[in-house]
Amino acid sequence: MTRTRLLGAATTLAALALATAPTLAQTKFDFWYGLSGDLSERIQDMCKDFNASQADYEIVCTSQNDYDTNLQNTIAAYRANKQPTISQIFDAGTLDLMLSQAYVPVKEVMAKNDEQVSWDDYFSGIASYYSTSKGELLSMPFNSSTAMIYYNTDALAKVGFEGLPTKWSEVEDVARKMKAAGYDCPIGFDPAGAWQWFEQFSAIHNQPIATKGNGFDGLDAEMVVGKGKFVQQLTWIKAMYDEGLIVLKSKDTGEVDQDAFAAGKCQIYSGSIAGHGSVTAKAIPDLHWDVAMLPMLDGVERTNSMVGGASLWTLKGKSEEEYKGAAAFYEFISTPKQAEWWSTVTGYIPVTNTGFEAMKANGFYDAAPYKGRERAIESLTFTPPTENTRGIRLGNYASIRAEMVKTMQNVLFNNEPVQQALDEFDVKGNEILRRFQATYKDAVLP
Amino acid sequence: MERRAFYRNSTLPWLLIAPQLLLVLVFFYWPTSQAMYWAFTLEQPWGGGNTWVGWENFLSIFHDREYWGTVVRSAFYAICTSALSMAMALTLAVFVDRSLKGTKLFQSVYVWPYAIAAPAAGVAFRFIFAPEAGLIGALNEAWPGVWNPAINGYQALAMVIICHSWLGIGYNFIFFLAALQMIPRSISEAGAMDGARPVRRMFDLQLPLIAPTVFFLIIINLISSFTDSFGLIDTMTDGGPYGSTEVMVYKIYFDGFKGFDYSGAAAQSIVLMLLVIALTFIQFRWVEKRVHYN
Repeated sequence: MTRTRLLGAATTLAALALATAPTLAQTKFDFWYGLSGDLSERIQDMCKDFNASQADYEIVCTSQNDYDTNLQNTIAAYRANKQPTISQIFDAGTLDLMLSQAYVPVKEVMAKNDEQVSWDDYFSGIASYYSTSKGELLSMPFNSSTAMIYYNTDALAKVGFEGLPTKWSEVEDVARKMKAAGYDCPIGFDPAGAWQWFEQFSAIHNQPIATKGNGFDGLDAEMVVGKGKFVQQLTWIKAMYDEGLIVLKSKDTGEVDQDAFAAGKCQIYSGSIAGHGSVTAKAIPDLHWDVAMLPMLDGVERTNSMVGGASLWTLKGKSEEEYKGAAAFYEFISTPKQAEWWSTVTGYIPVTNTGFEAMKANGFYDAAPYKGRERAIESLTFTPPTENTRGIRLGNYASIRAEMVKTMQNVLFNNEPVQQALDEFDVKGNEILRRFQATYKDAVLP
Repeated sequence: MERRAFYRNSTLPWLLIAPQLLLVLVFFYWPTSQAMYWAFTLEQPWGGGNTWVGWENFLSIFHDREYWGTVVRSAFYAICTSALSMAMALTLAVFVDRSLKGTKLFQSVYVWPYAIAAPAAGVAFRFIFAPEAGLIGALNEAWPGVWNPAINGYQALAMVIICHSWLGIGYNFIFFLAALQMIPRSISEAGAMDGARPVRRMFDLQLPLIAPTVFFLIIINLISSFTDSFGLIDTMTDGGPYGSTEVMVYKIYFDGFKGFDYSGAAAQSIVLMLLVIALTFIQFRWVEKRVHYN
């Protein structure tokens, strides 16, 4: 009798304990990101570290493979009310998200949870892209990069060039000498690289892509690419291509420009600083190379380049607990130790001034394989952002970027005249922008 | 006399087709009605409102010169892949039908391409046709620059057409073989006795007798080349270079998912749906009537 009573009491206690256990469980929240491969592994490491560092929240990080897919999946989830708390959105998706009212500004998230963040510490070139036109930061900068140009220093030495070129005229000269010296591929070029060859070119030459500060000041911006210096640049690219100094290296030919450079086949290519780590990993032995800021046209003063990569957006419609967790996560990734770790294991650059200074003081940038990455920061902060270099805030920009890729392909492969091609590009871009404007008739640009 | 199935219990047939009806309702009618709604409005990607614009979406795509280019390209693609695929499948079926030694093996092998998913085939063919790294690189060694689908739009289109035709051979082959085997042996033997060679027998005897199958396959191939081409084009060329392999279904995907122009993409998909319905209607109304079954 007492045995059964004891047994009964024991099972009741156990059941009660199990029943109350869930109230001690952590708050889980979701983070969807658009990186894959090596970078995805690093994010998984970071999430594990965050979960291990505290016991209140658990972050669940899911890779969506690439930025496009992540944005599509986030939109679909939002419409079904199953959205993640944090989503990594790339630059071209910014305006759609801003007008959708589907986000909570990061300043609000941090303020509500009493987290202290020195917002002025972020590089102005990075913060301006993700801020309102009045300068209020809406999303958390995370993986930032900018466009650079990579040189094979052995090839440069062979043609007798001291240092690294800073002007496109010098690049042309060097490329011609390389071709004469027997290099088959002086400059590797991928038309899919509209970001570095067109957008960043426009930024550092202070050229507008569209009126109204590239769309920051209104949805009625108009494309003005055909009226700017890019006409001159695209004409130059076409001439170099015809001469054989610029060689096509893309996914369709079987080898992309970065792989060709790392294999020593091409001597110069332009890409993101985030590729610095990949080139280091893929480079054949005895490949001597360096990275530099994008060259300038003669007689033009350099302005800052625009930030690439993506930022973290907090989406609406989640619980207070989940927002607290998101705030804790943002705080975690902003710590100097974490920021340095992220810039070490990936090619991305630190997003805050203090983070950068700390890494410089530690001697991070003094030796290979990290030497040269500080030039990305130099490029991003060369001048304070001007009206044309705050960023690009144009609707359906992914379509416009794809139109530029088509335009460049048309000019190079179909011999379309450059001015005509760029004027047509402006017309098509305007069609896309007007359609976007009609879709958001009553929206106000933040 | 027509044969029909009779059910005494009037709810049983409905129960039997209920699962299929449910699938069709959820995966076809619901999205289609949603697309209809979006096609007549301007839908914001993140939800949160849309404005009624009537026929404007349709008018703007019909006024777009690039859209008509896509339509013409899709039609060209459809005709070429159907012709190529059916011609190759018919040739193989005719050979297998002759029941020579070893044809039993080929009978099973020729269907296998149909089981391959289009993206998988796309990746494999992209490697084969890559101008520098692929097998066809040997051609480029002999005549430098002769093959480069990354630059030459026509070559890119040819590459995708060849790949799509290859995938369709298995399906067409099975139908052709079945149709050929339904022709009584006595007809071919009579022709052989009269001195007709195999080729003449094929053109004068077999082809007219399998005409119903040919017409059925034409329609099926045309419809599938409008809709199933997406997997191939997305993995092989991304619609490039400069849009020369952009067919209607790819443009819908790009405008909708990458460009976030949900309403424009919805309007285009309604147009594509009507086109496919029209093709099916033509087949049922006219083609089947004019074809004789002996």
